Amino acid sequence: MKRVAIAAYGITPFSKDDKKIESILFESTKNLLENNPKIEKNEIDTVLVSTNNNSKYLSPILSESIGIQPKIAHSIENLCNSGTNSIVSAYSYIAAGLADIVLVSGAERYDSPGQILEWDNSRGEFKHPIFWASIFTSSYKRKFGISDEELAMVSVKNHSQAQNNPNAISKKTYSVEDVMNSKKITDDLKLLDCSQSCTGGASIILASENIIKKITDQPIWISGVGQKTISAGFTKNNSFNSMESTKIASQTALHMAHKEIHDIDVAEVHDAFSVCEPMAIEAIGMANHGEGTKMVKELYETKNLMINPRGGLIGCGHPLGATGIAQTIEITQQLQSRARNRQVENPNTGLVHNMSAAATSSTILVLEK
Amino acid sequence: MSFESEMSKGSFVIPQCSTCQKWVWPPTDYCNACFGKISLKKGDFQGRVIEFSRQNDDYFCMVEIENSFRIMAKMSDKPKIDQIVKISKCGIEDGNYYFEIN
Repeated sequence: MKRVAIAAYGITPFSKDDKKIESILFESTKNLLENNPKIEKNEIDTVLVSTNNNSKYLSPILSESIGIQPKIAHSIENLCNSGTNSIVSAYSYIAAGLADIVLVSGAERYDSPGQILEWDNSRGEFKHPIFWASIFTSSYKRKFGISDEELAMVSVKNHSQAQNNPNAISKKTYSVEDVMNSKKITDDLKLLDCSQSCTGGASIILASENIIKKITDQPIWISGVGQKTISAGFTKNNSFNSMESTKIASQTALHMAHKEIHDIDVAEVHDAFSVCEPMAIEAIGMANHGEGTKMVKELYETKNLMINPRGGLIGCGHPLGATGIAQTIEITQQLQSRARNRQVENPNTGLVHNMSAAATSSTILVLEK
Repeated sequence: MSFESEMSKGSFVIPQCSTCQKWVWPPTDYCNACFGKISLKKGDFQGRVIEFSRQNDDYFCMVEIENSFRIMAKMSDKPKIDQIVKISKCGIEDGNYYFEIN
């Protein structure tokens, strides 16, 4: 199996702009190619598009828009987890020898149809993500005796960290009181506990070991991949206060990378709602069950940026198909020491956690210098 | 008789595999274990509230039906964890199922 590395990336600001999906895909790809002149675009032999948008044939459309004729071109959709699923597909094409340079481009509009899984009728009329997030939050608080104020710290931290990310949708910091006083969505969820669906794009180039040195002096290797699907329906989750798919995917990825959890210097975790960050930290193994909020508080008070340095989904916004790619770009920048004023000190190994529909499925990537 | 035609009439039935007798949820045409055909079982089914929250005046609950599968259902009174409930109303509106419990 060939080794695979991340060679280049491009990203757009995350916003509420009303743009065509094709334009968003084009913008982050253009950004990538303009910032990486060593990449000869005609050498891109595969183009994968990650989105929940219902438009058809987007990968050939993107290919034609940038003037290339790749061997392989198609879309990948897996709700909020589409971005890292696309990266895993790109990894697989290269590792198997079917491709050498793969462009993965993710994009979403603020009004993405991927927010609602219509099929999941077990949820009755409660299909919007705020309802699974409320059940998660209620269960997590009940199980571990956690308060709303402790969970609000996730939003405080991630909005604060987003201020160092020029592409983040959040332009403001908040206090715990601000979060607590923000609009009540349910008994267990305030507006500032939620990530925002938004418009945004992110693109990445993966390349094989024999090509990568021609493209970049700072390749970031994908050394671990872990994925797990428990179900499609939310009600099939075994627990509502832990993330089983994340735990399994994390163990798989760390095993593949020959790493232990203490080797991880920086991580992007899928904080779609406040409660998701401590649950993810615990499932990955960075904190004991019920102690994730304690870790979040400590990180914030010590200005330690190791979890969600770009501001997470809560601070950055959540353009579904682009999110996993944007998370991967952040860890790549961190490992390349190019994260500017949000740089974690000298990281060697990073982790990306991306999930769908209340952690019914998860993807974990381990990245290394 | 299909699950959805029964639901549309406000009748909650449980799909059961005619071959292996497993209860199959969510409703499908064939069993997800042995691919046997499904029949619909009528009954006065019990549920247990395993988690809940509230939006405005209505509680929304995660309910485990007959210790087997789960649905999300609306309840007007404040539920308790492990409270035993029954489906008082169900149906399909704009393509979405809805369940009420008491």
